[in-house]
Amino acid sequence: MQKKDTSRRDFLLSGLLTGAGLAAGCSGKTAFTPGNAEQVIPSGEKVKLLSIDGEVVEVDKAFLKPVPDIPYPLSNGEERVGMPGKKFVMVIDLSRCKNLKKCQSACNHMHHVHPGQNWLKIYAMQDAEHTAPYWQPTTCMHCDEPPCVKVCPVDATFKRQDGIVLIDSDRCVGCRFCMAACPYSTRVFNWEKPALPEEIAGRDYSCETSVPQKKGTVGKCDFCPDMVRKGELPHCVTACPNGVFFFGDINEDVVTNGAETFRFSDLVRDKAGYRLMEDLGTKPSVYYLPPVNRNFKFEEGLKTEEQKTNA
Amino acid sequence: MPKKFGKRGVIWTAMLILLCLIGAFAYYRQLRYGLVVTHMGDYVSWGIYISNFVFFVAISLVGSLVTAIFRLGNIHWSTPLTRIAEIIAVSAILFASFIIIVDMGRPERLVNLFIHGRIQSPIMWDVIVISTYLVISLLLLYLPLLPDLKILNEQKEKNMGWWNKVYLFLGGFWKGNARQERINQKAVLILSILIIPVAFCIHTVTSWLFATTYRPGWDSTNFGAYFVSGAFLVGAGAVVIAMYIFRKIYHLEQYITEVHFDQMGRVLVLLALLYLYFNMNEYLVPAFKMKKAEEAHLVTLFTGDFAPMFWFSLLAGLVIPAIIMLFKQGRKPLPMFILGIMVVVGAWFKRYLIVTPTLLHPFLPMHDSPDRFRHYFPSWEEWAIAIGSLAGVLLIITFFVRIFPIIPIQETIVEQNATPEK
Repeated sequence: MQKKDTSRRDFLLSGLLTGAGLAAGCSGKTAFTPGNAEQVIPSGEKVKLLSIDGEVVEVDKAFLKPVPDIPYPLSNGEERVGMPGKKFVMVIDLSRCKNLKKCQSACNHMHHVHPGQNWLKIYAMQDAEHTAPYWQPTTCMHCDEPPCVKVCPVDATFKRQDGIVLIDSDRCVGCRFCMAACPYSTRVFNWEKPALPEEIAGRDYSCETSVPQKKGTVGKCDFCPDMVRKGELPHCVTACPNGVFFFGDINEDVVTNGAETFRFSDLVRDKAGYRLMEDLGTKPSVYYLPPVNRNFKFEEGLKTEEQKTNA
Repeated sequence: MPKKFGKRGVIWTAMLILLCLIGAFAYYRQLRYGLVVTHMGDYVSWGIYISNFVFFVAISLVGSLVTAIFRLGNIHWSTPLTRIAEIIAVSAILFASFIIIVDMGRPERLVNLFIHGRIQSPIMWDVIVISTYLVISLLLLYLPLLPDLKILNEQKEKNMGWWNKVYLFLGGFWKGNARQERINQKAVLILSILIIPVAFCIHTVTSWLFATTYRPGWDSTNFGAYFVSGAFLVGAGAVVIAMYIFRKIYHLEQYITEVHFDQMGRVLVLLALLYLYFNMNEYLVPAFKMKKAEEAHLVTLFTGDFAPMFWFSLLAGLVIPAIIMLFKQGRKPLPMFILGIMVVVGAWFKRYLIVTPTLLHPFLPMHDSPDRFRHYFPSWEEWAIAIGSLAGVLLIITFFVRIFPIIPIQETIVEQNATPEK
């Protein structure tokens, strides 16, 4: 009797499984992952990881699951909304900058900015006759009251809920009102057909990568939201060998330049951070730390430029 | 009334068409290669296209001045000038809309203004008020033309060939009976009232394209009134030029008399003084404080690169004409004609001075961008398109005058009959 029962149960079970298998076969192979994927053989290669509690743990490499890349392209709607719960902010430490321009070249390279133009500019600043000169890199300020967004007639440049201001080059009519409105001179215009490699030019435009730039439209720094989605830092941050740029989320109250991580509120308070042209009421998302206790003399910035031209 | 072109007329028209064609060729090059054919850059991102646009909008304001403000003010001497003013207004506003499309990086996306339009943007306000002004101006040109079309239709043998069909199409329904007259007069009266706020809007909103930004030289609460008063001045100057030319060519001495020049001279003096007042507010008040950002801008205007143009537009285009027109001899037709040209030319450069020098003084220094972006002088394509658009305005006026009576026949007859009674 018992034996009969089990065989009957087995029969039913196998029948169900075949049915499910058939269903899976019909709906596409991705619906079921093969069961043997769970059986991991330790490779012996260990990787150090940071746990949620802040402890360093060692894990065998074979146990790491590859995180699938964010499926691009995102829809235009998703790109316009931004990443929920985030509010991105940048801190630029002027005491560390010596006009090396690695940030600029990385930015230009990754965004295929037209030769001669720059989204990231490094100014030699001197506020008054007797005050000390310093190097000031400027990105887009990603203002919370963005004058450019206010004046755009077609919603081609827009402010996202994560604080980033982006441009939809497929919608921009090229009136350049935003360029006149921006007090930080951050925007550039594609006066001619941008010089792009063919495979880049052929891509669909994405607001998050700002690539490919299009003739007759406006371009600018985008805070690299495509990198942030991948859990990486913007190109200027990673390219700077002096750790000038800190990027982070003001909601998490943390900023990092890759090597060092700070509590944003502490950093800005302790080092007397400020924003550019506060009096205009644009409320930038980029904070500056004043050029005190500098790592380099101002003149070193001039020297590197000379060396570059000599080389 | 319509006349064939004389020899001079043919040369004049051919020259205008040629200028338009050169402009069209330059625009073709711009469409093909992009705005790189202009000498604009990331700093001077608006050049003579925009200053030309402001000039056209300014000059078009005269339609409302002569047709509406004078009419409502019960000023009758201006009746023979209404059509001149109105055709200047219509053609200038047409080319204002055209030149703004020329300035766009992606003109083929114009439709985005309607699909994705944001009413918060001053550009949308400009689109709305300019199209409204165009419609009202066209009606103010057309409605008073109806009784004259009747006269034209009654004199078929005097007209040239197929134009009769045009007159019939435009005015065939007009019987001139009491009911139609009443409706027409009422409509013109309503439009005359309507066009005044709309006229103030078009130029105030145009000034806001600049005043809503933070830039030194543009960031001014004075801008609306400054633009509107300047617009009335240049428009009145244009009417004086047109009066003189039409009077000479079409022998209209009987209708456009020396009295008209004298009266327009007085109007011009008043408008010039008004504009001078706003200029003083615009330049002297910031110059008294010399805020850092304003200083660089004001110094280039007063003593720097733009000083010759600045003082020319202020003195030759405003102060000197106003002084000369204070004297009776200065309000004779020929001096008025010359002064009118000075006012209009000065006004064109004035618009250039409003747009360009400001853009050369951004808040952060000009840096890390190509050298050619640090100064601005228009390329030949920009000149060709700007001159072509000016020629286009004159071409429309030229053709209009040839086809339709430039002096409102009916209204002037009524006016002349009414005058002795007073």
